[in-house]
Amino acid sequence: MLRRALLRMAQGAAVIVAAATIAFLLLHLAPGDPATALGEGLSPELRATIRAQYGLDDSIATQYWRWMQSLLRGDLGWSRAEHRSVAAVLADALPRSLMLMGCALTVSLVGGMLIGAWQGARAGSRADRATSMGLLIIYSIPEFWFAVMLMAVFAHHLRWLPATGITSDMYEYLTPGEQRLDRLRHLILPLTSLSLIGVAVFARYQRLAMQESMTLPFVRTARAKGLSEPAVRREAWRAALLPVISITGVMLPALLTGAVFVERVFSWPGMGYTMLRAIEARDYPVVSAGVIFGSAATALGAALADIARDFADPRVRSA
Amino acid sequence: MSYRVPRYVVPIALLIAAVVAGPFFSPYAPNAQLDIIALRSQPPSLAHPFGTDAMSRDVLSRVLDGGRVSLSLAILSVSLSVVVATLYGAISTMVGGVVDTTMRRLLDVALSIPRLLVLLAICALWGALSFPVLILLIGLTGWFDTARLVTDDLRTLRTQEFSTAAVAQGVRGPRLLWRHLLPHVLPTLVINASFGVANTIALEAGLSFLGLGIQAPQASWGTILHDGAGVEQSAWWLSVFPGLAAIFAVLACNTLGDALRERFASNHVQRLLPVSPSSRTVRP
Repeated sequence: MLRRALLRMAQGAAVIVAAATIAFLLLHLAPGDPATALGEGLSPELRATIRAQYGLDDSIATQYWRWMQSLLRGDLGWSRAEHRSVAAVLADALPRSLMLMGCALTVSLVGGMLIGAWQGARAGSRADRATSMGLLIIYSIPEFWFAVMLMAVFAHHLRWLPATGITSDMYEYLTPGEQRLDRLRHLILPLTSLSLIGVAVFARYQRLAMQESMTLPFVRTARAKGLSEPAVRREAWRAALLPVISITGVMLPALLTGAVFVERVFSWPGMGYTMLRAIEARDYPVVSAGVIFGSAATALGAALADIARDFADPRVRSA
Repeated sequence: MSYRVPRYVVPIALLIAAVVAGPFFSPYAPNAQLDIIALRSQPPSLAHPFGTDAMSRDVLSRVLDGGRVSLSLAILSVSLSVVVATLYGAISTMVGGVVDTTMRRLLDVALSIPRLLVLLAICALWGALSFPVLILLIGLTGWFDTARLVTDDLRTLRTQEFSTAAVAQGVRGPRLLWRHLLPHVLPTLVINASFGVANTIALEAGLSFLGLGIQAPQASWGTILHDGAGVEQSAWWLSVFPGLAAIFAVLACNTLGDALRERFASNHVQRLLPVSPSSRTVRP
């Protein structure tokens, strides 16, 4: 157990170092620099001054070393576009992303597990096949397209819900109750675009796992023992949790980065939207911090899934 | 003897037919500006079933032409991924020992790096990428999960009796791999590739939608959606039709993958192969 935990930690560290290196190479091998982002009309002297100011004249190795050193100190750098520290930029964006993600993950998990387990218990029936087809269609919709369509219909055409942002312009002047309602109204559309597809993903996994676990010997035993069908299904469902847990670990960071498009469409100022804006502004430190952060989150998700699996299934624990 | 065409072949056949034959029947050239005054952003009509865009180009022709680009990008880059993944898995398993362990750990690390962010950063920072570069980029960042499947598969296969028997008879290295092991990995590869093509179609649409993938004026489903961004109200046909085309294509590939999995995959492959959402980049 301890050995596995240590291995996990070493792996997590490797992921972060690799991500940091990739982020560094990505940004420094790319054509153009922060001076380019200021426009074509810049005089060569001014360009040279800016490059010297940011230490871009040093050799790649020196820059890499400096970059790794400051990372180790926990210093993510300075956002040139927003004129504040990268940590501050991320600290603003992260909670907004987490709120959206958390809600989307909850809805997707609950919905997907319910539908998937229901299907898996009657795998092969007409109801199961019809539901599977429906889920496959939803699963095949690109998220951003779905988001665009939802926005066009519910925000622009029907005008039921706000189209963009996280709060209204008048947010400051609303009563606390109205403020909560306002936030909720802004949440509905992005949440729907993320979680409807999430439901389809989780349901597909849960269905496969449930279908398989319904054929296991202990289910037959439970039936033979005279347990009622709902009780049998509950038992089978517990054994079918494992793949869903593993997939949640993978989906967690996937949702985090995958929401890039949805955040962009709804101008939801979370991690994805911040990253896209930073990429456009050639704000290197924010982009690389985003890549590192995303990788760390992925590694963490995988580790958490491992631990959760240990709790859920004694068979894995001993291994 | 009568032969029934399996149902899952229908959508993929339709898709291929539309993309291969479509441009021959498409009413106009995809980039022709038909009449920049009278035919600007016209809603669907008999002459232009999918309407026209702001540059008076026929959207139906563009969707058909764009399908070629989107699909060939997806198929070529996934083929590249599959080849690289198979090579990686083969080397890892056949060499074995420390090399195998190291290569597996490297895969774990590579899988933890969010592909979408890296792709977005590269596309945005390197500027307009040409079609072959885009294929290389998407192909070379998308093979990690396939490589993991291949490695797992090969490792299991090597412990089975037929493999031991082959080794006992003196079959070595490449021949063992090529004649005895890889044929068993083929179903995994084909199924994974069809899901991969589905994901890559969505990925291309997403990148081009942001203006980062295929570059204008070349049509692709993503670039038409990009043209339609912001004018969903006044020109809904620019968003709806290419979107539906992309969904149909993704659906066709996913249906094929699902059906193949149910039909050909052994139990052992089934367990290795859920739907692989780690490669589902546009959601990830």
